[in-house]
Amino acid sequence: MILNHEDKISLEAILTDLQTYRPKRKGWTWRKPHATGKIGPFTYKQTSESLQASGGLPASKYFNSIDPQPDCVITTEIASGRFEDDIRRMRMAAWHGADHLMVIRTAGQSHFDGLIEGTPEGVGGVPITRKQLRATRKALDYIEEEVGRPINFHSYVSGVAGPEVAVLFSEEGVNGAHQDPQYNVLYRNINMYRSFVDAAVAKKMMATSGMAQIDGAHNANATAREAWKVMPELMVQHAINCQYSVMAGMPKDKICLSTVPPTAPPAPCISLDLPYAVALRQLFKGYRFRAQMNTKYMESCTREVTTTHVLNTLLSRLTSADIQSTITPDEGRNVPWHYNNIHGVNTAKQTLLGLDGIMDYVTLNFDGPLGEKVRELKERACLFMEEIVASGGYFTAVSQGFFVDSGFYPERGGDGIARQMNGGVGAGTIVPRDKDYMAPVCDHFGYNKLPADCSVTEPCNLIDGCTLCHSEKIQWIDELDPEDNVYERLAQNETERKEGLLRPEVQWHGDGIVCMTMFLPAAERVAEFAAKDIAERLGLEDVEVIHKQAMHPSEGALIEVKGKVPFGIDPAKLVIPPLVEPLSEEAIRQYVSENKLKIVAATVGEDEHSVGLKEILDIKHGGIEKFGIECNYLGTSVSVEKLADAAVEIGADAILASAIISHSDIHRINMRRLHQYCQEKGIRQDLIVVCGGTQITNEMAKEEGMDAGFGRGTKGVHVASFLVDQHRANKKG
Amino acid sequence: MQRNDDYLQRRVHLAPLTDEELKDHFWELAKQLVEPLVELADTHTSPSVERSVLLRMGFSSMEAKEIVQHCEEQGLLGKGAGHAVWRLAALEKIDYREAGLQLGKGQGWEKLAQFWAKGGA
Repeated sequence: MILNHEDKISLEAILTDLQTYRPKRKGWTWRKPHATGKIGPFTYKQTSESLQASGGLPASKYFNSIDPQPDCVITTEIASGRFEDDIRRMRMAAWHGADHLMVIRTAGQSHFDGLIEGTPEGVGGVPITRKQLRATRKALDYIEEEVGRPINFHSYVSGVAGPEVAVLFSEEGVNGAHQDPQYNVLYRNINMYRSFVDAAVAKKMMATSGMAQIDGAHNANATAREAWKVMPELMVQHAINCQYSVMAGMPKDKICLSTVPPTAPPAPCISLDLPYAVALRQLFKGYRFRAQMNTKYMESCTREVTTTHVLNTLLSRLTSADIQSTITPDEGRNVPWHYNNIHGVNTAKQTLLGLDGIMDYVTLNFDGPLGEKVRELKERACLFMEEIVASGGYFTAVSQGFFVDSGFYPERGGDGIARQMNGGVGAGTIVPRDKDYMAPVCDHFGYNKLPADCSVTEPCNLIDGCTLCHSEKIQWIDELDPEDNVYERLAQNETERKEGLLRPEVQWHGDGIVCMTMFLPAAERVAEFAAKDIAERLGLEDVEVIHKQAMHPSEGALIEVKGKVPFGIDPAKLVIPPLVEPLSEEAIRQYVSENKLKIVAATVGEDEHSVGLKEILDIKHGGIEKFGIECNYLGTSVSVEKLADAAVEIGADAILASAIISHSDIHRINMRRLHQYCQEKGIRQDLIVVCGGTQITNEMAKEEGMDAGFGRGTKGVHVASFLVDQHRANKKG
Repeated sequence: MQRNDDYLQRRVHLAPLTDEELKDHFWELAKQLVEPLVELADTHTSPSVERSVLLRMGFSSMEAKEIVQHCEEQGLLGKGAGHAVWRLAALEKIDYREAGLQLGKGQGWEKLAQFWAKGGA
């Protein structure tokens, strides 16, 4: 299957012959630096190879539509609950420049002692299963060919089935995973011995297939009451997982620290976050850095979240980031992420590009508080580890509540997470390996004794190769649940999908959910309930308020709601005005030279905006002058009467009015007046009268008596083409 | 435990270290903490570890679960579940996948227990 960006991805094609599909490649891929850094009119210092097909930032149209790709891998986290919807989100995210697609697991999977099979629906994420992984990897194999860059697929090797999940990921071509036994112990209450025994085998497996690993230290940041005080502990957690991973056989350049700037405004971020970021990069040189965004202080205002994300990304550029992760700006309001994935990816891309090469222009000043704080953090981290050693080691320290304490170590708040050594999920399940313990597979971590009565030298040879050597040995289970599976879900909305009915969506295909923003001139609580009532009266179902923010305690509040649209739209029944293709430049020039077209133009009313009209007229901007049309520009704030009188005086063929201000419908009023005045003077039928402006549409201008209207994005050629067509028609008429 | 910040008293021995020495100290401590954990993993196994071995031998997740459950019940997890499968295949001179499926059904464990009771090989 080759994906063509004119067509939707076919889920049916993805699901066909899945039982025999093998991933195109395995292992993690970093971006390749751009050879010259020359992209469009600019030279960049921190970019990677461009994509063959992609969607640039909205402003890229002003810059030859370039879409430079920053040097670091960019992550987006996908959590729809249905893998078939994940796939479409992944394609959109990849199109905008994400190459690390992280799939969140369904709630509770970490306590599932074994693997899940089939494609059941998840909560807050998808159940990670062989079928889900294979289908997703297959889709990503096509998507990466569409955009022209390898895509790293990522999920979680945690919980009580870590080694099995690691094998599954290796077999199915998953490229990266979270793996950190401390995460299991502290946040999932999985028995500490079990967690570390499992982790070593899982890490070795990940290393064998070239996967990248991300640790779980950032969770302390999101859990601690005052996240910035956890910094010494975070460094200790990173150190334990890094050191453990190296000793389990993982190369340093595949071990990524998951780091989060600990604060967000109104905290003075730079003074806290920068020393921490620098201290980490100095201590953990040789390891890789995954810069995650601060979620601890995330509220429901997407603007606020986006600003924090920009500051976080600034920190990445002031220090370094190998992976720049992104969180959707609506994570804090339980609207399950969709187009906001793309906004998150674009926030990272936009900021990274804007800050390209910043360290050529500024340097970090170590002779002040920065140097002192960096040193202090490192010392506090060393002291933390010294006390763990003194207490009797890691397991004792955990049982005494050393971790996720609210104090700035050595300060202790006494509120850390304490776990019993023999407690938690999976307690009492590890057993010592006997003297003749044997596992007949390659790259198995730990003691492994070949039987005395065999002649092979490699354990894997005992079984003529394992599934990693011979993938045809992998057993395929399709679905176990006859009701909770992808086929049933697709069948449910099959009729509608075949009919092509359109519904808006936020979480799942055609779920009907829309978000709506409104301002109400009332106090926040009144506004909230009024907004809910308004949305319900508009016909939305299941209305929820997802954001509220007082603009002033009594003058008014901003409210965002989400709700469900109870109908679908048949696109075939829509009346869509056809797009008019402009005439060729040659044809316009030819007509103008034969007919000597002349126009008069101005911004009408009390309106001082001049840029838009000048773009339409000016030869420098590709305006209509370049076709030989004689332009008489009268300026701004010109009355409609003066404009029409000038047309008569000059003997113009057309009037081009510009109207930007639209308060109280003044743009409509001015168009109407212009039309009426021309009629009163008896010149309307001899003149072509058009109007342009950001809020104007062709349909609206025609309603107000214009011959045409031109909105946002209009170029000179569109106006010139219309003038020529209309002039020709008028002559004939 | 609650404690006020006594960083200034505690850091006295760290103060004379250069940045490089401090970094070495940091990693020496990390190693000291982690070594016993690695030793634990080297010498122990778990049901998930054993199921992962069976997956790699070409058993499905459901088959692996059955085999490991029986292996635990027999007190033979310390031999390795993959080992049990391979050994039964060798003793019975059958394909190892066939041996594994038998063990998953609870058959063949006695034979293994006998073999290992005699000291095995």
